[in-house]
Amino acid sequence: MSQPGSLRKTDVTLTINGKSYTRQVEPRRLLVDFIRHDVGLKATHIGCEHGVCGACTVRIDGRTARSCLHFAVALQGAEIETLEGLSADGRLAGLQKAFHDAHGLQCGYCTPGVLLTAEEFLSENPGPSEQEIRAALSNNLCRCTGYVNIVKAIANAARDRDKTKADPAGGSRP
Amino acid sequence: MKPAPFEFRAPTSLDGVLEELREHGEAARILAGGQSLVPLMNLRMLQPSVLVSINHCKELSYIRSEEDGLACGALARQWDVEHDRVAMERCPLLVQALHHVGARSNRNRGTVCGSLAHADPLAELPAVALALDADMIAASSAGRRVVPAREFFVGALENSLRPDEMLEAVRFPYAPARSRSCFIELGNRNHGFAIAGVALQVTFGEDGRCSRARLAVMGGENIARRATDTETALAGSVIDEAIAREAGRMTASLVDVAGDFHADAAYRRELVAVLVERALMQVASGAALNARSN
Repeated sequence: MSQPGSLRKTDVTLTINGKSYTRQVEPRRLLVDFIRHDVGLKATHIGCEHGVCGACTVRIDGRTARSCLHFAVALQGAEIETLEGLSADGRLAGLQKAFHDAHGLQCGYCTPGVLLTAEEFLSENPGPSEQEIRAALSNNLCRCTGYVNIVKAIANAARDRDKTKADPAGGSRP
Repeated sequence: MKPAPFEFRAPTSLDGVLEELREHGEAARILAGGQSLVPLMNLRMLQPSVLVSINHCKELSYIRSEEDGLACGALARQWDVEHDRVAMERCPLLVQALHHVGARSNRNRGTVCGSLAHADPLAELPAVALALDADMIAASSAGRRVVPAREFFVGALENSLRPDEMLEAVRFPYAPARSRSCFIELGNRNHGFAIAGVALQVTFGEDGRCSRARLAVMGGENIARRATDTETALAGSVIDEAIAREAGRMTASLVDVAGDFHADAAYRRELVAVLVERALMQVASGAALNARSN
C-alpha cells in the first residue's frame, strides 16, 4: 500500500507546553509518539492505541484529546499541553495532592490521563456527585480496577477547591 | 500498532480540498477530527494512500442557523454543536444524541459531519439524520448537490458520496412547535458502542395527540433504520403505555436484526422494542429532555 515518498520524513513543528519543537517525522507519526519518542516527554502514556483507554490524554487548544488519535503533522499551529506543562504551572497541584492522599495512584499507568480528564471535568463541574465523577471517568480505563480511590481523590479535590474559593486567604485546613 | 504510510495534504481552503479529491479519488480520505478514521488506520483496517486534512480550512467550522435548519460545516466539532445555543433550543434530538457520542475527549475533536460520513452501524448521528430527514450537502470540484439522508447511508461504513465528493455540511431541520424528543441507547459500557438505540421526535397537536412521529433505530443492522410504519401507526394517537408497547413490538418486527459477539438477535430485538417503548413514554410524560440511558 505504501506510496513512494510517504515514508519520507518531513519537518514537523509543534508547540508543546508553550515550547516549540521541530522534529523530522513521517506523516503517520502519532502525536503520542512525537511527544514521547521525538520530544522525550514521558508523562503521557500509551495504552490501547485506538482511543479507548484514555492513558494518552493531552490537551489540544485547551481541551482534552487522545494523542493516539492524532497525527503530529496535522497539528502544526495547535497548542498542545501535557501533564508536565499542567503540573509545572501548578494547575494540577490540588488534584495531585488529593490523588496522593487518597491513594488514587495504584500502578500509575492511567494516572496522567485521569488527571487531565478530571481537571477538565472539575473546571466545568466544580461540585460533582459521585455518579457524575464516575460518568466523567467512564472512558479512562484503570487496569488495576482501582476506581474507588480515584473517585474519592477527585471528590476530595473538588471539596478542597471549594474551600479555597470560600477562603481565598488559604486559612487553616482541617 | 502503527498506521500504514500515507501521503499527507493539508489544504487551507475548501477548493484546495476538493482539488485533492479530484486528483486522488478513492485513494484519498478526508481527515477531520479523526476519531473514527484514525482508530481504523491504527488497526490497519483502513490504509488510505493519501490523507487530506481539513483542519486548516476554517471556513468549514461554522455552526449556522439558517431559515430551514441548523447547518454544521464539515469541521464543526461535536462538543461545539452540543453546546450551541440554537442547537439546544431548536434541534434538541441532535443535542441529546451527541451526549452519547464517544467520550468528552472524543467529542472535543470529532466532527458531526465526520461521524455521519463514516456511517458506522452503531453511530448515533446517522439515526438522528434519518429521523429528521437531514440534508447532506455534498461538494466536489464540479459543484454541490443536496443528498437526502435516506439516500446518503448505504450500509456499514458506506455512504453514497462519489470518490471526488466530500460531505461539506449537514442541515438538521428545526423541531416544530410542541415537539418533544428523546435519544436513548443501551450498551455494555458508558460511551462504548451501543447494542441498540432509538432516536425519536414527536410533535403534538393542540389536543395532545401525536400529530407527527419521527423514529429511527440502530442496532444489529448495517446502518440505522427509519421506522416509517411505526410513525404512521402513531399519528393521531394519544401515546399511553399500551400504544407505546405496541409501537415497540411493531418496530422490533420491522428491524432485520443480526446477532453478534455483544448480543444475540433475540436480545437485540427485545431491546429495540423496550427502548422504543421507553422513549415514547418519556416523550409522552414530558420527561424526555436530555434523557439518558446506560
